[in-house]
Amino acid sequence: MSLELNEQFQKVINGLTEKFPGDVIDVYQSTGDTFVRVTPGAIHDVCTYLKEEQHFIYLIDVFGTDRFTSEDRFEVVYNILSLRDRLRLFVKVWLPEEDPEIASVTGIWECADWFERQTYDMFGIRFTGHPDFRRIYMPEDFEYFPMRKEFPLLGIPGSIELPSSTPDPE
Amino acid sequence: MGLENTLSEGYLTTKLDTLVNWARSNAAWPMPMGLACCAIEMMAFAGPRYDVSRFGSEVMRFSPRQADVMIVAGWVNYKMAHAIRRVWDQMPDPKWCIAMGACASTGGMHRCYGVVQGCDNFLPVDAYISGCPPRPDALIHALMKIQDKVRTEHSVTLDT
Amino acid sequence: MAIEDLTKKVKPKFFKEHQESLYKSLEDKHTTIEMLEDEDPLNTKMVLNMGPQHPATHGVLRLVIQLNGEIIEKTKIDIGFLHRGVEKIAENKTYQEFMPYTDRMDYLSPYNNNVALCAAVEKIADVEVPERAHYIRMIGCELARISSHLLWLGTMVMDAGAVSFFIWTFREREKLYDIFDQLTGHRFTVSHARIGGVANDITDDAMAMIKDFANSFPQEIKDWHKLLDRNRIFFDRNEDVGVLKTEDALQMGATGPTLRASGYAYDLRKFSPYARYDEVEFEVPTRLEGDNLARYYVRMEEMQESIRIIQQCLDKLPKGPVRTDNAKQAYPSKDEVYYSMEGMIHDFMMTDTGICPPEGAEAYHAVEAPKGELGYFIQSDGTGHPWRLKIKSPSFANLQVLEEILDGEMVADTVVIIGGVDPVMGEADK
Repeated sequence: MSLELNEQFQKVINGLTEKFPGDVIDVYQSTGDTFVRVTPGAIHDVCTYLKEEQHFIYLIDVFGTDRFTSEDRFEVVYNILSLRDRLRLFVKVWLPEEDPEIASVTGIWECADWFERQTYDMFGIRFTGHPDFRRIYMPEDFEYFPMRKEFPLLGIPGSIELPSSTPDPE
Repeated sequence: MGLENTLSEGYLTTKLDTLVNWARSNAAWPMPMGLACCAIEMMAFAGPRYDVSRFGSEVMRFSPRQADVMIVAGWVNYKMAHAIRRVWDQMPDPKWCIAMGACASTGGMHRCYGVVQGCDNFLPVDAYISGCPPRPDALIHALMKIQDKVRTEHSVTLDT
Repeated sequence: MAIEDLTKKVKPKFFKEHQESLYKSLEDKHTTIEMLEDEDPLNTKMVLNMGPQHPATHGVLRLVIQLNGEIIEKTKIDIGFLHRGVEKIAENKTYQEFMPYTDRMDYLSPYNNNVALCAAVEKIADVEVPERAHYIRMIGCELARISSHLLWLGTMVMDAGAVSFFIWTFREREKLYDIFDQLTGHRFTVSHARIGGVANDITDDAMAMIKDFANSFPQEIKDWHKLLDRNRIFFDRNEDVGVLKTEDALQMGATGPTLRASGYAYDLRKFSPYARYDEVEFEVPTRLEGDNLARYYVRMEEMQESIRIIQQCLDKLPKGPVRTDNAKQAYPSKDEVYYSMEGMIHDFMMTDTGICPPEGAEAYHAVEAPKGELGYFIQSDGTGHPWRLKIKSPSFANLQVLEEILDGEMVADTVVIIGGVDPVMGEADK
């Protein structure tokens, strides 16, 4: 597929495909943004390379998507920015439905901490090596993952407790 | 016998009632449970233009032990609901509750898994205000309705 | 250690597992203060819970702080008390129907959120927006920025002690509310921006009010500067408090004025300009110290730059339509809807189905909200409802930074630091 990238971006993509020949599955553009899909096992190395060699020092966001396909149901997207070259890149991985796990990038960018917790809370994707792995929005007692497509919008009755309408004796 | 006569609907208790109710209604100190956007309108309601201290709510008391009226402003989450209930239980009697805005009254535009569809699921609400967010004038109107409600209570015989 | 197993002492009344895991992770967190590790003679260590209902945490934020005397050793922030599942709601609404939800996210400056959603949808569906609409959006965004910074100023200075500031800034905010009321019909959760333009044109009354405001506001800022800039109390409360070092700022993900007060001049209006920001002149205020005082200066200067932008926009405002004509992409004007058949049908189709971006398209667009970078990532599946709408909210990232900069500070400075970082919980909790 033909990509219209400016010179610096082309250098980044070339460097990436040279360094990780088997792991970069797809590079494409959509409405002006550039997306790179890599294999899940290589994400830590790819991110370290992008941060150290290509100067993508600012992690903007990490989030998940539910593709709702039978193969590779979940997708995790990393939104990274290079301030020196003024480039924005999206790195994606696809994860299977049973037991989705991926290495955490908190060692590379510290701010990935809460973003990964949010992805776990909403989709159930586990991040190995995360320093403080808990849910962030819903309480720990909640058993479901709300953003999955099969979770109903109105919630599951009884999944989360409501306080009583009579005064507490204590 | 004589005590029962004086404590029922006689001249003495109604006059005492009026006095106590007049005092209570004109000094209803609100406890703002300001959660979301309605909290900003509540701040404006305490602000310079829609000054609520002229209605007696001189200060916003953030401690529940010192407040009379709790204004739930904003949507109530399941996680937050427990905290609100605990705060409500800590408020001493007599106390009233205003559900400000569509989200506190019925869940509003947020019909989804995280939001309690109306804080009257766990709180006894006295006044509901519609609006998203309601204008501060609407909140003053609700406060005046609570004041009317207070004035018709049988305060003296309440605890007997 | 000096505090025995916390989880044995905590007897939570509700959400047992949640509370226990929170206190456990507080214990496990590395402390920055290494003295007095064993046998604490005064027994000064204590865990303090600044609970979700608190006068000075801006919204519902819960901080669990471990104290050593007056100094904070480590903190853990518990959020999610205002979580609604807005992203899940977005998957069931059309793009235009989602507009009011964006207002309620960063509810201090709703106009920026509207423009963010509109710009993202316009990017993914390739919609042309007329010039006049861009300028009206810019004026609205800058007025909302001033409104948000006014509230920040009022509450931060009130938390530091000066209560009358709150009243003064709210007086100015009431003027802004009047302008928004005249311009859009609502005081503050406006949903003025529409996909393809804005809802209605700016009237002459509104123009006059904006001009009055822009002329009288700089004097107010000067007065406040005179009051605060040489105030010994304000300086002592804010200088060297909550320092975010330059080398840590990007690593921790700070954004907006918090990042700019630590030295990085990263402003999306200059980095990737949207809505004709490249045609107006303004500066990006930056400071190097990274303490609360630097954040105060950055936001005050941002307010002055906003006034400058508004005045330039009012001069340059071009004539023309305020919404694009394409019926598949934008609502027709109300005249057409009431008086022609096609207009009515288009209105119906836009409300029922909405704008349909191409299938498989993905787009990300970010705007410079007063709190930082507010970005919308949309994945479309060809229908009028987005498949996935991810909102990157700046307050979420700034709260993460807050967890780090509170370590080592005095507990009395907590409220001032929270005020300086200025989180909005509706946005952080989505």
